[in-house]
Amino acid sequence: MNCAAIKQKLSAVGAEAISETEYDRKGFALDVQVAPEQLVAAVSVLDAEGFFIEAVTGVDWLGEQAALRKEAEAKVAAEAKAKADAATAAGEEPPPAEPVAEQGELPEDALEAVYDFNHYESLCRVTIRTRMPRSKPEVPTISQIYPGANWHERETHDFFGIKFVGHPYLVPLLLPEDADFHPLLKDFRP
Amino acid sequence: MSAFAESEANETFVLNLGPQHPATHGVLRVKLTMDGEYIVEAEPVLGYIHRMHEKMGENRTWAQFLPNTGRMDYLHALAFNHGYVSVVERAAGIEVPERAEYLRVITSELNRVSSHLLWFGAFILDLGGFSPLLYAFDDREHILDLLESVTGSRLTYCYFRFGGVYNDIDDNFVAGARAFIKRLRDRMPMYHNLVTKNIILMKRLQEVGPISAEMCRKYGATGPVCRGSGINFDVRKHEPYSIYPEMDFEVPVYEQGDSMARYMVRMDEIEQSLRIVEQALDKLPEGPVMAEKVPKIIKPPKGDYYHAVETARGSFGVRVVSDGSNTPYRLKLRSPTFSNLSLYGEACRGMLLPDALALMGSLDLVIPEIDR
Repeated sequence: MNCAAIKQKLSAVGAEAISETEYDRKGFALDVQVAPEQLVAAVSVLDAEGFFIEAVTGVDWLGEQAALRKEAEAKVAAEAKAKADAATAAGEEPPPAEPVAEQGELPEDALEAVYDFNHYESLCRVTIRTRMPRSKPEVPTISQIYPGANWHERETHDFFGIKFVGHPYLVPLLLPEDADFHPLLKDFRP
Repeated sequence: MSAFAESEANETFVLNLGPQHPATHGVLRVKLTMDGEYIVEAEPVLGYIHRMHEKMGENRTWAQFLPNTGRMDYLHALAFNHGYVSVVERAAGIEVPERAEYLRVITSELNRVSSHLLWFGAFILDLGGFSPLLYAFDDREHILDLLESVTGSRLTYCYFRFGGVYNDIDDNFVAGARAFIKRLRDRMPMYHNLVTKNIILMKRLQEVGPISAEMCRKYGATGPVCRGSGINFDVRKHEPYSIYPEMDFEVPVYEQGDSMARYMVRMDEIEQSLRIVEQALDKLPEGPVMAEKVPKIIKPPKGDYYHAVETARGSFGVRVVSDGSNTPYRLKLRSPTFSNLSLYGEACRGMLLPDALALMGSLDLVIPEIDR
């Protein structure tokens, strides 16, 4: 079993992006991005290879799209300014400023579910991520493959409100039994 | 006509174990569905001391979160310190002086011994033997005194800093640690004679609460639980960090998978930890205990970072997501006992209640670390 073979098998089930990360720098070997529909297939591959489940968690990317747009706009502005400066330096008339392109509505921010797997015998930590829209955070459960995921998914549901479709018992685990809030969402206000 | 209600063939009743129960070592509740003396279904109910450490991490700077790490696993706090400082050092690219790494290993291995000693006493107490607890606490007290002299606290340590440790050890500590190693080595045969070879203990533990290797994998069990089921997995060997590669020690593994195997793994680990401390004291290099150029405000570059360490109960992993600012964007704490306890429901199905308590004790639960 080695990481390269795992990488090949994961790309065969249709993972969107797989990158080998620098282990010393990051602490894990494979970073795999899948669509929610491919999740169960990807996890089954790891199960067949004898991986064990370390943890399931989430990340809330609220504000990411706005930040990306701001970055892109800053880049465009910087380029235009550089062009104008170059033209002035050459003694030419600076070109007229280009009209700012009308931008549509921001795409929706995402919630990310992150699954960590590890192997008892060989050193190959695999991280699987899947993104879903914040307004409809749904992802299939993997608790039928790894019963240990049951609690991890309940915890992630507590903290982020991610709904694990098909989960046998998705009730609060760490939060009070009547909790209807998700404290790790970035827009959570107590 | 009978004066008693006619019972149906498969009548069961619900028994609440905890949340206040001496055998659960903290506020854990287990909802048991019983068929007479036998367990049909066991559902651990968590969250009684949930404090949301992960959210606290997002609300304070990287350094301000340090004291929190010692308050999750209060029995092996230094390993939790180690996991967190290591991941931040990895993210921010901070080099640690060699002497500091040695001090980290010496103190966390002593802490591991104290954790195992407390587990030993409490576990036998669960099984109805009172006096071993007193012997274990007597030995543990020496470790607490030693660690207090260097870290300043007795239980919830916050000794490690980004780039080193905050205090150097002195000759008294070295002499005290060597004396303690000798003392505990002399006492271990007594523990084995008094407890391990006791026929009552054997009858209570052997072939009780079997956990298979496959079950460990499916539930992500680590630490002595998986090593008692024949899986040779120890983060210190598997994914060496700090100065563990330079140390000569063995990973005790037992194949049986019963409560006795987990008991033996921990008892053997005490000796291995003593070996590590002894070697580290012999090789201890001179030098600073703190890196010189650690920035006051830490801002790790954007990205995900992971680091795992071996605590007394298994693999503790920290995943941090940094957005390049002075606070973590996301801080995930993967605690070992959470996964180890998750297999409890399946493992104790069909078991007698007293046996299930022996199994629970052999998992070595620390509730604040499960609930976080």
